[in-house]
Amino acid sequence: MSDPVISVRNLQVEFVTRRATLRAIDGVSFDIARGEVLGVVGESGAGKSVTGAAIIGLIEPPGRISGGEILLNGRRIDNLPPDEMRKVRGRKVAMIFQDPLTSLNPLFRVGEQLIETIRTHLPMNERQARDRAIELLTEVGIPAPEKRIDGYPHEFSGGMRQRVVIALALCAEPDFIVADEPTTALDVSVQAQIISLIKKLGRERGMAVMLVTHDMGVIAETADRVAVMYAGRVAEIGPVRDVVQRPMHPYARGLMGAIPTLEASAERLVQIPGSMPRLSSIPRGCAFNPRCGEAFARCHIDQPVPLPVNGRHVACHLYDMTSAETFSAEASR
Amino acid sequence: MNPRPYVEVTDLKKVFDVSKPWLNRMLEQSPRQFLKAVDGVSFDIKKGETFALVGESGSGKSTVAKMVVGLLGVSGGEVTIDNVSMTDKNQSAQRAKLRRRMQMIFQDPFASLNPRWRVDRIIAEPIRAFNVVEGEANIVARVGELLTLVGLHPDDGRKFPHEFSGGQRQRVAIARALASNADFIVCDEPTSALDVSVQAQILNLMRDLQQQFGLTYLFISHNLAVVRHMATRIGVMYLGRLVEVSDAKEMFTNPRHPYTRMLLDAVPDLAMSGRQRIPVAGEIPNPITPPSGCTFHPRCPLANERCVAEAPQFINGVACHAVVEGRKLVIPAAA
Repeated sequence: MSDPVISVRNLQVEFVTRRATLRAIDGVSFDIARGEVLGVVGESGAGKSVTGAAIIGLIEPPGRISGGEILLNGRRIDNLPPDEMRKVRGRKVAMIFQDPLTSLNPLFRVGEQLIETIRTHLPMNERQARDRAIELLTEVGIPAPEKRIDGYPHEFSGGMRQRVVIALALCAEPDFIVADEPTTALDVSVQAQIISLIKKLGRERGMAVMLVTHDMGVIAETADRVAVMYAGRVAEIGPVRDVVQRPMHPYARGLMGAIPTLEASAERLVQIPGSMPRLSSIPRGCAFNPRCGEAFARCHIDQPVPLPVNGRHVACHLYDMTSAETFSAEASR
Repeated sequence: MNPRPYVEVTDLKKVFDVSKPWLNRMLEQSPRQFLKAVDGVSFDIKKGETFALVGESGSGKSTVAKMVVGLLGVSGGEVTIDNVSMTDKNQSAQRAKLRRRMQMIFQDPFASLNPRWRVDRIIAEPIRAFNVVEGEANIVARVGELLTLVGLHPDDGRKFPHEFSGGQRQRVAIARALASNADFIVCDEPTSALDVSVQAQILNLMRDLQQQFGLTYLFISHNLAVVRHMATRIGVMYLGRLVEVSDAKEMFTNPRHPYTRMLLDAVPDLAMSGRQRIPVAGEIPNPITPPSGCTFHPRCPLANERCVAEAPQFINGVACHAVVEGRKLVIPAAA
């Protein structure tokens, strides 16, 4: 495999509050290669969006990156001064947000917003930038872009607006895009169109894409690899086919079973008891242990790390047989 | 003899006046504008079944739900629940009795519970309003019973809504709906604000309660997989009209209307079976100026001149010229 575009190593993000310092992300590591889509799934509060925001340098105080490193094409970007990071953001890394209505400025024409972004990052005059904006709108599938470029955001429908947001993200031909719930605000029929667009653009332009979503179906359709997050850690990461069809981590298994599908109408859905712990009270050991049906003594004490199992990485003591024996020996002593 | 269905909706219509203010109309010479949110919807629900309405946003499914329970006046048509008309002015006495027996569960459990009231007061409100149980001690006991029923602890009644997670709040909303011994519950997107693992808990709970109390549900959702899991019969709405009604199984194995097929094909394929799909095109049009004829024709792969000119009648559970004429869709070979 070629060198990864983005490489996250043992990332930690903390939020300092009056009562305590809350660790939202605790030791997350992954790589994304050129042209690859990494799906990041998990329930609300799992830390998916914070991971995306950390990579793009948008963690605002009281939050801060407290450990680990983020490498873009082999160069560290997590410790850049704000001015330098501004140049990287938009040029090398870009973001697509959930709500296309709030990520476009309602007072400016779509074209003005595109041209401004293009000219900020690329040495182009007004004319060239406008031509390029029209090209981009064509590429994201907006009909009659020569006319639509002079429209205001409110004149576009939800799906079309999200296409404009994608065009904005593509302006400076970034190497890496974070798409944070890009289809959550859209109807299913439009969602399918946007998903296939993101997938196509990633492939054609050789971009690395981090797709953050809570919808496993979207991941199954789009991603090459998937990371399942729980309470600020990666529970399981691996090729999408393996993780979606044969999940190994008990949380990933529960999550997959909980999703109603079109194919089979099971009598009852698998339900995971309880809900995600609050950041202020993450259980000791494996964060999932109070909800896990297979937890044993070690899970309450020892925090699991992602280990390679069956072509993927799983952070669960169930699959860590060798050390389980040594541990039980230790515990009995 | 067939008993009369529990809920009967006949030719239901809702028109919203979306005109500009009078002065603007006069100055700009613009005509009045009307939005037909619901346009001639008819269906019935048998006792103990779950009837689901699906469709994209703007298709009018929530408007139908609100008219059925009487939260919104009707512009035309009739709703009859257990032989009592919801629209006939002369039946207001019977309607008052009926009201106890129908309840609604809303989408957002953060907005549907009063944040200043403790949960036991929220759940006791319908009990007091309808005098279901007499005496303070009995009311407290009943509230505890309801909380246990939905998987919470009786002591949770002393808490405020903000102390609960989204899923637990939705449980409180369900307990409140059951408090007046309702047997018909309208659920408007009850799980779309919840995470999948919590959604599974709520859906399982709703099914258990349905079996235990013989509840009848009108279930509104845009999520076809959820509908598949819950519904016995399904109605598909598009721009204020029902385009197809059929048994849940039938709908998923043998969808007939091109819009239903498109909706099914748009659902991400979790099994990654690589099944053939019709590519989805376009978006739901502006309901103020709907397309002529069949409102789905601009997005329909089977549309012809007749669809542009003439609105299809609802025949045998489907409103589509192409189905009636037996036009076949040729799926282009996958590349």
